Amino acid sequence: MTIQFRPDETYRDDYTYANSPECIARAPFPFPDDEYMYSMNLEPHVSVGDGALKAIFDIDEHYISECRDRAITLEKDPGMHYVSAPHMMEAQWDLLELIMESYASDYPEYFTLEKDGTRWHWTNTLLNIDDTFTFGDPSTLPYEPMEYITRQAQGDWVLQEERDGTLYWGAGIATQRADYSLRFNLGMAWHEFHGPVPLLKETGMLDRALKFLLRLRCGHPVRRLNWSLTVNPRLDVSAESLPDWAPDRTTVTAENAGKLVYLRIELQPLHRLPRSNAIVFPIRTYLLNLEDIATNPAWAKRMHRVLKSLNQELVDYKGFTRYRDAAVEWLSQFDDGQDEEVVKAG
Amino acid sequence: MSLSNGTLNVRVARIEAVTPEIKRFTLVATDGAHLPPFSGGSNVVVLIPHENGTYRNAYSLMSSPYDSSAYQIAVRRVEEGRGGSLRMHEAVNEGDVLEILRPVNLFPLSKHARLHLFIAGGVGITPVCSQLAELRLRGTPFEVHLAVRGAEHARLGEELVREYGDAVRLYRNDLDQRLDISVVVAARPLGSHLYVCGPESMIQDAIDSAHAQGWTDSHIHYERFLEQGSVGEAFSVTLARSGATIEVSPDQSLLEAAEAAGHSIPYLCRGGACGECETRVLELDGEIVHTDDWLSDEDKAANTKIMPCVSRAKCSRLVIDC
Repeated sequence: MTIQFRPDETYRDDYTYANSPECIARAPFPFPDDEYMYSMNLEPHVSVGDGALKAIFDIDEHYISECRDRAITLEKDPGMHYVSAPHMMEAQWDLLELIMESYASDYPEYFTLEKDGTRWHWTNTLLNIDDTFTFGDPSTLPYEPMEYITRQAQGDWVLQEERDGTLYWGAGIATQRADYSLRFNLGMAWHEFHGPVPLLKETGMLDRALKFLLRLRCGHPVRRLNWSLTVNPRLDVSAESLPDWAPDRTTVTAENAGKLVYLRIELQPLHRLPRSNAIVFPIRTYLLNLEDIATNPAWAKRMHRVLKSLNQELVDYKGFTRYRDAAVEWLSQFDDGQDEEVVKAG
Repeated sequence: MSLSNGTLNVRVARIEAVTPEIKRFTLVATDGAHLPPFSGGSNVVVLIPHENGTYRNAYSLMSSPYDSSAYQIAVRRVEEGRGGSLRMHEAVNEGDVLEILRPVNLFPLSKHARLHLFIAGGVGITPVCSQLAELRLRGTPFEVHLAVRGAEHARLGEELVREYGDAVRLYRNDLDQRLDISVVVAARPLGSHLYVCGPESMIQDAIDSAHAQGWTDSHIHYERFLEQGSVGEAFSVTLARSGATIEVSPDQSLLEAAEAAGHSIPYLCRGGACGECETRVLELDGEIVHTDDWLSDEDKAANTKIMPCVSRAKCSRLVIDC
């Protein structure tokens, strides 16, 4: 597969990020129904179609620019966007191996991995990287293994350790996190880090999802989709940088919502890791503004209904209370009130 | 996508008798490649074909997790069992090809332990073998207390003594060397973790001894094999909408049987959690064996719904709404 990369985009300041029509069409649209509520939307992560669900870990035209934005964010606040508990080193190596093998098998024209015992040779032509290192020996890499490989990967990555019948947040790299703090969450258990999510505990879904994930097996990944909204194509919307981006919420009007409001789609293909027995939660974010969405009228119609009917507690939690109405008004031009169209998610 | 959801084909490279009852099988990939890596304490399910179907027996991996060029499993001959281990002992030869599922770990090491204490009896030592290889690399202290019946049953233990020296202690029943678990767990420092793999009485003794010393359950681990997927007794089910009656064999789920017969039931997780395949029970003469995490206790007791991906039935008649 040949990807036409857009290597010079920015996700901050002048925001030159933009999607090609092909990149819009391949996004995993997250709304299967006109009304949205949390559901156990876990399914086996098997290859489907030619879009975002084809590869084990998807990359797209934004790969180079997104890796650069990650590097900028990491350098700006050292220690804030990448953290790992000391006992997570095995899981880090597992993750490095999984990403390297997946990228090399899905995108052999850009990535190669050769193993000679524990001596590994990795090339990434997109970022001009050609490294030989010893698997299991962190001193042979310029960063810890997780930071090393996720600096070359799209999306955020969180490693969860299984202990005492639950999952603990053991390590993560998060330069595109939707309004949470990585360092605050480190060391929290499943029910703790889901604590702020409204309406979730009451459904019993938290317990069921945990039981399901504790049974997750190597080689049998599952995936789910989540979503939120952001003003501007900004990846770093962390809790720590809130003063930099939260004021943008006040700039949205019904006239400019099509350009300013971005749907953040999070594709999360979860894998059990073999040596550490940890679980990796990748959060691969796709940013599409409402104008991008509207290039598919069925998507725009569906999203209009979802945003209009969304429970206020979820609107508050996802952080778009100030501009929900403006987004709904802008999208209303695509909803004729008829029900004949069937929109399929993904 | 290279991650396979199917089975792995392995060739039996070597079979050794390690005790009168236990044979050790060394398995390598048929294509010469490395097998998937795993963590200490993992097991693999071996598909053992027989006249009327397939046994799916789980065996602990006893080789080093850091050498994925081969897997080793120990199979104890169980005369009174279903017959899977007997077939492994009598019908499987070096050079044969077997199908296995990818490793699963239901007995993982605690990454926070400062001292690992292992209590094992007989063949129960097998999951510990891979754990010790992992701990040696990690440099964490451990002790193994292994009880065996007599000299001819001690070979695995003696291998471990040669490998790990004083950290492994053998208790031979024929020499009246008794393993007193309450002594092993007494006066241990905070941060010690206990692992037990052996007969049910040994597991219970270890739990009781640790509790008596004030240990919390979070520091007591024991090996139990859970069913994965859906296996059990055969039953038949009628799909009301098509009128078709389907036989569900012991090694397939209702969902798999329906799919094999050309019917589609909506599903997502195939693990009894997501609720997607929830199906109404229209008629039932017998009982449903609910093994899902989806239905409430009330729903399960009422027997008006079933999750075809994992749950089964012991019944003479079952009609479901699909």
